[in-house]
Amino acid sequence: MKKSLAVITVITIIITLFLSGCGYEYVELNLEGTYHKNLAGTDLYVYNWGEYISDGADESIDVNKEFEKLTGIKVHYSNFESNETMYSQIKSGGVSYDIIIPSDYMIQRLIKEDMLKKIDTSSLVNYHYIADEYKGLYFDEKDEYSVPYNVGMVGIIYNPTLTGDDIDHSWNVLWDKQYKDMVLNFNNPRDAFMTAQMKLGLDLNSEKKSDWDKAAKLLIEGKKNLQSYVMDEVYGKMETGEAAISPYYAGDYLTMVENNPDLEFFYPEEGTNIFVDSICIPSSAQNYEAALMYIDFLLEPQIACANAEYIGYASPHTDVINNEEYYYYQNEILYPDEKDIPKVQYYHNIKDEIRSYYETLWIDIKLF
Amino acid sequence: MKNKTSFGSRIIAAPYIVWSAIFIIVPLLIMIYFALTDQNGVFTIANIAQIGKYKKAFGISILYAAIATVITLLLAYPMAYFMTKIKISSQRMILLIVMLPMWMNFLIRTYSWITILANTGLINTFLGKLGIAPLRLINTPGAVILGMVYDFIPYMILPIYSVMSKLDKSLLEAAEDLGSNSFSKFRRVILPLTRSGIISGITMVFVPSVSTFYISQKLGGNKTMLIGDAIEYLYNLGPSYYNVASALSLILMLMILICLAIMNKFSGDDEDGGVIL
Repeated sequence: MKKSLAVITVITIIITLFLSGCGYEYVELNLEGTYHKNLAGTDLYVYNWGEYISDGADESIDVNKEFEKLTGIKVHYSNFESNETMYSQIKSGGVSYDIIIPSDYMIQRLIKEDMLKKIDTSSLVNYHYIADEYKGLYFDEKDEYSVPYNVGMVGIIYNPTLTGDDIDHSWNVLWDKQYKDMVLNFNNPRDAFMTAQMKLGLDLNSEKKSDWDKAAKLLIEGKKNLQSYVMDEVYGKMETGEAAISPYYAGDYLTMVENNPDLEFFYPEEGTNIFVDSICIPSSAQNYEAALMYIDFLLEPQIACANAEYIGYASPHTDVINNEEYYYYQNEILYPDEKDIPKVQYYHNIKDEIRSYYETLWIDIKLF
Repeated sequence: MKNKTSFGSRIIAAPYIVWSAIFIIVPLLIMIYFALTDQNGVFTIANIAQIGKYKKAFGISILYAAIATVITLLLAYPMAYFMTKIKISSQRMILLIVMLPMWMNFLIRTYSWITILANTGLINTFLGKLGIAPLRLINTPGAVILGMVYDFIPYMILPIYSVMSKLDKSLLEAAEDLGSNSFSKFRRVILPLTRSGIISGITMVFVPSVSTFYISQKLGGNKTMLIGDAIEYLYNLGPSYYNVASALSLILMLMILICLAIMNKFSGDDEDGGVIL
């Protein structure tokens, strides 16, 4: 008797938990923006990072479906793996998207190459939710082209059962011989160079070829310790204990630790990279008005919270940050106290000559 | 001798001819165009001239592919020979087993090797149970070559088997009657008669191995770049790299064509299983 009662209680609790994510009843959306059905039947092409929107899994909100229900606009959603791939797709002109969500330095490049449309933020009812600290960022000082979506920092994930608890909170661990064959690194040049640049105390946006040479030399040296260069494979490798140490994005650590509670995380003392991924409208967009409505929809407190919980990155949305029901409310990794905030540097768009220099250096590193 | 193709047969072939023109010939021409022009579409050989930078990628690709080809040949030839010696129903069974993996996507098959070779994978878990220290299997050149051998070995077995199964037994008997021992029978009768199958197998393993890009990323830990990986990497960096990537593809293709031409010289007549060029 008692047992069955316990079972029932557990079930009810689980159901309420599912339904009341972020403190909202999932069934009804309380919307603040103005939406209309005048564009019903038109298409909206959204191009975003993988796993970067709440998609209805585990009773979360299916953002795109809700938007379709609300406006009658058909959302065509596709993914990219890196800013560079996204850029290459847009630049080649074979496809046109209405919404893209690139990172800071890439937005700077897109603006410079005249590839973005201006966004009239005054027409967005929910724009006031964006925290002031994420307005006027270097890549879009007048907030004309981009609306912040997610914020993240890179840190180091490690598995104390393999490394021991006593680990240096520094980028040095990637080069430390005692962790031979246990270390992973990013399989994209910009982030991988960052790990070396941080260790050497170099400017992440240096325009001196010699700086990039130094970092490349260090990365080549690091290959002796390296198990593999990874992107998404990092989840499997860290969760199963295949690898012991890996630099990666803080939000993704929170996903990994759910599957392997042994994992720990720190921000290296030398500093790290911070990034902001923002919503933009490419200049080739075909459905500008629907895109604006979509951006407003993403800024709805309820939607923004669902996305923040699903993605696990820090949110620039004040209503999410201050929502006590938000799963990551005051999470010390996503929202560190002022004294714990690491020294951070943004990536900037680097002039073509230097960029192609380090992009080619990456091949030399691999082939060494 | 009637050499003219009838109107009817042309009509039947038309859909595929149109298909191959659009999806094979045109892309090929686009690639050649990109390889020989700069970003503004002006003719240049600068892209081709740059390939010296990638000679190591070419070198590693050729080396790995060559090793993989030799290993597959050494494994496949005796296997094909063995298959012809057993009864037909068993032959069919083995043939099925050889082809079975080909029905699954090769990306999935490659991926499954990760779980076998990983430090926490099948082999090392088993060794750990026996008290043996884990071996470093994954993320090594050996793992990449293993992946190639595993993925492409059916392409070696099948053509050799097809030639070998048609071998005229009376020729072998004749060799024996004329005093050949097993070795000279093999060297002077079987080997020459199955040469076309071997050549065909070598081509069908070497060509995809040398241009592969996925295996080295997954099983080699992304730590090196085969020429296929380099092309993929450059292409993904954006349109400003299309020209160099195309030049590398062009060179790779020319290399493969030269290999095929050389192979064809050896294979002699257009026997069964031979490569037609």
